[in-house]
Amino acid sequence: MNAIDVKDLHFTYPESKEILKGVTFSVKKGEFLSLVGQNGSGKTTFAKHFNGLLRPTKGKVFILGEDAKNSSIAELSRKVGHLFQNPENQIFEETVFAEIAFGPRNLNLPEEEIEARVDKVLKTTRLSKYRDTHPLSLSGGEKQRLALASVVVMEPQILVLDEPTTGLDLLSIMGILEIVKELHEKNVTVILITHDMGLVSELSERVVVMGNGQIIGDGTPKEIFADDDLLTRASLEPPQVMKFSKILGLKPEVKVDALYKRIVETL
Amino acid sequence: MIEIKNLHFKYHSQTEEVLQGINLNIKRGEFVSIIGPSGCGKSTLCLTLNGIIPRTISGDFSGDVIIDGINTKDREVSEFSRRVGMILQNPESQLFAMTVEEELAFGPENLAVPREEIEERISWALSIVNMKDKRDEFPGNLSGGQKQRIAIAASLTMKPDILVLDEPTSQLDPVGKREVFSVLRELHKKEGMTIVLVEHRTEPIAELSDRVVVMDKGSIVLEGTPRHIFEKVPALRELGIMVPDISYLTYLLKEGGYVKDIALTIEEGRRLFI
Repeated sequence: MNAIDVKDLHFTYPESKEILKGVTFSVKKGEFLSLVGQNGSGKTTFAKHFNGLLRPTKGKVFILGEDAKNSSIAELSRKVGHLFQNPENQIFEETVFAEIAFGPRNLNLPEEEIEARVDKVLKTTRLSKYRDTHPLSLSGGEKQRLALASVVVMEPQILVLDEPTTGLDLLSIMGILEIVKELHEKNVTVILITHDMGLVSELSERVVVMGNGQIIGDGTPKEIFADDDLLTRASLEPPQVMKFSKILGLKPEVKVDALYKRIVETL
Repeated sequence: MIEIKNLHFKYHSQTEEVLQGINLNIKRGEFVSIIGPSGCGKSTLCLTLNGIIPRTISGDFSGDVIIDGINTKDREVSEFSRRVGMILQNPESQLFAMTVEEELAFGPENLAVPREEIEERISWALSIVNMKDKRDEFPGNLSGGQKQRIAIAASLTMKPDILVLDEPTSQLDPVGKREVFSVLRELHKKEGMTIVLVEHRTEPIAELSDRVVVMDKGSIVLEGTPRHIFEKVPALRELGIMVPDISYLTYLLKEGGYVKDIALTIEEGRRLFI
């Protein structure tokens, strides 16, 4: 069974032009996939179909083998956690603890179970010392970790991260990514929407490129970044390492350490 | 052009100084980039460059900021808004008019600049940001990169001496980022504009700036040419600053004795190997 299966998905906002023009793709359980493409290419609209925030105009979406149309947003959000770009939009409680406990409370879990889950997530997201702090007094990176904690506490099997690192500094970005990597190691399926090609080549096993409401590329980071024609069509800039390995006439590499080894071997 | 002497600042709401004795001189026509972890004081420093701190945002301020010979303590903010153009992260928060043209005319009209000169300034500013064809467009219809370029053009119509940009591309996609950085390159090279850029991505910094200033906890901890700064890989790492891939790669090769120098751009990297 796949984590996600999408079949010929079309989507049109009311009184607007078609945003998704027939998208078909599958994501295996435990995959780490990056979804890339220019602004307006349809990435976010596409991802909003995974937890039912949007419903297909035509076509089908299956989550963990079940047709998404038979489930409510609440039911789907238990399977698919969605972290958005701006953490402030997702924060509304008075303490960090209450913020994270909000989701599990709505599942009517017993209080001890809620506490146990929240404390575990506080540890994973390195926020334990802020348990009783007001969320809005946290820094940008901490707020994003809190938003991630509120998603992770629902123990979703699929995690969608929509530009989770925009506006954060590198230490905060590394903090978020460390947590995401840990979750991935525990077999959570991760879909990362990002413009940062460095992150894409560092983290993902597979890259799906969207352009104009369709999937125009699908492969490993090396395959995608070696395809100049595709990169031009999608207005994507390959990582510097990739460009440089091409200039040196070496086999394409997307990571600095790998290219370093290759150069040293060649010299 | 800019002289900062022993500058200290503390917001009323905070217990610690956010600027703890900054000394910095920036020459006319220089392109200076400021980098550092969140909370290091770089955005606060920007706000002292047109007098918003201490005149609009008050707090415990000591030291001097002197712009083109004039101390920010001695004049109104409006005086400096003419000399120092300020561009922030989110272009949407700076645009308000119904057309691009009105947006650009707003500043000089308020200064009672004659009509013909306003016209000249608008054409000049639009050609620098490469958006002559969008003159009658509603700003809301533009892409993120175009909006930020209009925000830059709007400050150019004030004919500032200095442009200060606080993470101007952090909300933009790669196309928008490229558009904005190429405008900055033009302004620096062709118009000789003095530019202060706060930015956390090091690739554009390496390519564009004459000098890099690294801040941490309210102080300047490193300062020098991009080459001088970006070869300090371990020190920067500790501050959470990643040098450009090409600089990191050539740093490793230099450490291993394979090349003589680090590269700041791909072109420089290529030259190391021929």
